[in-house]
Amino acid sequence: MNRITEIFKNNKVLITYLTAGDPDILKTEEYILSMASNGSDLIEIGIPFSDPVSEGETIQNAMGRALSKNINLDDIFNIVFNVRKKSDIPLILMTYLNPLLFYGYGRFFKSCKEVGVNGIIICDMPFEEQEEVKCFADKCGIIVITLIAPTSNERIPILTKQAEGFVYLVSSLGVTGVRNKITTDIKTMATEIKKITNLPIAVGFGISNVSQAKEITKYVDGVIIGSAVVEIIERYKDHAAFKLAEYVSDIKKAITVGSKIL
Amino acid sequence: MSNGKFGIYGGQYIPETLMHAIKELEIAYNNFKSEKQFNNEFKSLLDEYAGRPSRLYFAKNATEELGGAKVYLKREDLNHTGSHKINNVLGQTLLAKKIGKTRVIAETGAGQHGVATATAAALLNMECEIFMGEKDIERQSLNVFRMQLLGAKVNAVKSGTRTLKDAVNETMREWSRSVDYTFYVLGSAMGPHPYPQIVRDFQSVISKEIKEQLFEKESKLPDVVIACVGGGSNSIGAFYNFINDKEVKLIGCEAAGKGIDTFETAATIAKGKIGIFHGMKSYFCQTENGQIAPVYSISAGLDYPGIGPEHAHLHDTRRVEYIPVTDDEAVKAFEFLSKTEGIIPAIESAHAVYYAMQLAPKMVKDAIIVICISGRGDKDVDMILKYKGANHK
Repeated sequence: MNRITEIFKNNKVLITYLTAGDPDILKTEEYILSMASNGSDLIEIGIPFSDPVSEGETIQNAMGRALSKNINLDDIFNIVFNVRKKSDIPLILMTYLNPLLFYGYGRFFKSCKEVGVNGIIICDMPFEEQEEVKCFADKCGIIVITLIAPTSNERIPILTKQAEGFVYLVSSLGVTGVRNKITTDIKTMATEIKKITNLPIAVGFGISNVSQAKEITKYVDGVIIGSAVVEIIERYKDHAAFKLAEYVSDIKKAITVGSKIL
Repeated sequence: MSNGKFGIYGGQYIPETLMHAIKELEIAYNNFKSEKQFNNEFKSLLDEYAGRPSRLYFAKNATEELGGAKVYLKREDLNHTGSHKINNVLGQTLLAKKIGKTRVIAETGAGQHGVATATAAALLNMECEIFMGEKDIERQSLNVFRMQLLGAKVNAVKSGTRTLKDAVNETMREWSRSVDYTFYVLGSAMGPHPYPQIVRDFQSVISKEIKEQLFEKESKLPDVVIACVGGGSNSIGAFYNFINDKEVKLIGCEAAGKGIDTFETAATIAKGKIGIFHGMKSYFCQTENGQIAPVYSISAGLDYPGIGPEHAHLHDTRRVEYIPVTDDEAVKAFEFLSKTEGIIPAIESAHAVYYAMQLAPKMVKDAIIVICISGRGDKDVDMILKYKGANHK
């Protein structure tokens, strides 16, 4: 079993996202470590892109802040390299295809392996286009995470069949960002997916608070929180470590089975 | 099912949320494109409503002035709403209606595609929302008012460079929010498959007519067809039926802005590298880190960092030659055509006119150049006035 699937073995999983280079490279390292030691089970690191079409304003702005400091892929590999000296938490890169194509797929995945990246999420690479990177990723043992959306319907079997690591279930239509209410029938979709695979399911897009996380983890194995984490970083800038630790630990306690916290 | 490649270009590089809709569109289009009733309805809209066929006009004064090849103008500017955009929009909106969508959304640069979409939505009784960069709203305010008059809601896009690229981003985001009842009417021969093919098919009426009309007037094929290229819809439409006629030279004029040696340019073929963006693999202007580069052109309609995938392929296979034309050169051509022929072309189309002005004098007198005048220039008059004030005072 790979490192990513392994974290789902014992309890409900909390995955948190931040954008590399927001507010700067050193702080990104610090915030990853802070979340890792306070309850995050897996961290998703966003590679900034000039035109992130899957992102809502919060993450768009975070990517804009990171790019204004000229962050590049080598800086991001350095972040991972440095984190790996202190933590073995699974790390996933979240990206759009263009920066990878430009850098070279072979070179990119080789670097991922060297610094200790475990997986990758590529927002604009659906199943139909995965041959773009799949052989490079496989060769380096980097897991390509499969996303399933509320509109996937008849596509669920084919998507699920080739998934690895975990299934990323997109909670809602639209882009990333905090939502007050999640209207998709997560329970039914999770049941459909569970019929086909034993892989764990984590739900992302729109989740920000304890009660949403508790509700969702009734049906699935984990939650992914992005924009809410980025909002904390946006608000507290260089001094977000403590707030992040507090936030992450609250959510983790709430979703841990047997926990008494509401 | 194929995911629609032209050589290595094209594809469907979009989020999973949109895949169901794009597959649905692919199936629907494959059904309707050969269905007699759909084609009759579409043809009737083009002829009765948009005013097709558009004229192929022999520009006698310009021909004499340039002193070489005969210059013909394909007058897409005379279509209803003033540009070629209406051809594609009527087709797509009809398709949207057939597959049961109740709302259309679209990006727009110069506002021509937005106006055309708002028009088709008014005609076919659909809800309509347009996304337009804040910077383009400033340069093309008249078109914003036209869209509103037609009943569309116009959203100002404030992200990124606040131009066409960002308008596409925002329309894609809105599409992923409302994909269950909304149809994205894409304006150029770009985006994920099947859009490049759909837009090309709906625009190919331009080259079909050029061929027929010229044959009637001259009993031969043109020697050269010239069109401007942003995403590449009027150009692919003007080229398509000539691609297999190898003796016809096809030339696309892209926007060089202040020059291809400056950063203020939108000349994708001259400056771009292969990339993946807006759902397709093609050429894109990029930074040294693989970010999409900010681009510039005087023309809001050509101010785009990419080019449609079929053009990328036509460039690689050398079937079409792509030539960069600067702001200054386009403005010269804008004035030339206005003065010699009494036809004010869109600043986009003026890019093509400029290259024809260079080419015609070098060609023999019985040679024929056809320029696609993709749109009318009324929308640009105010801006040209400002441009001249700033550059020549």
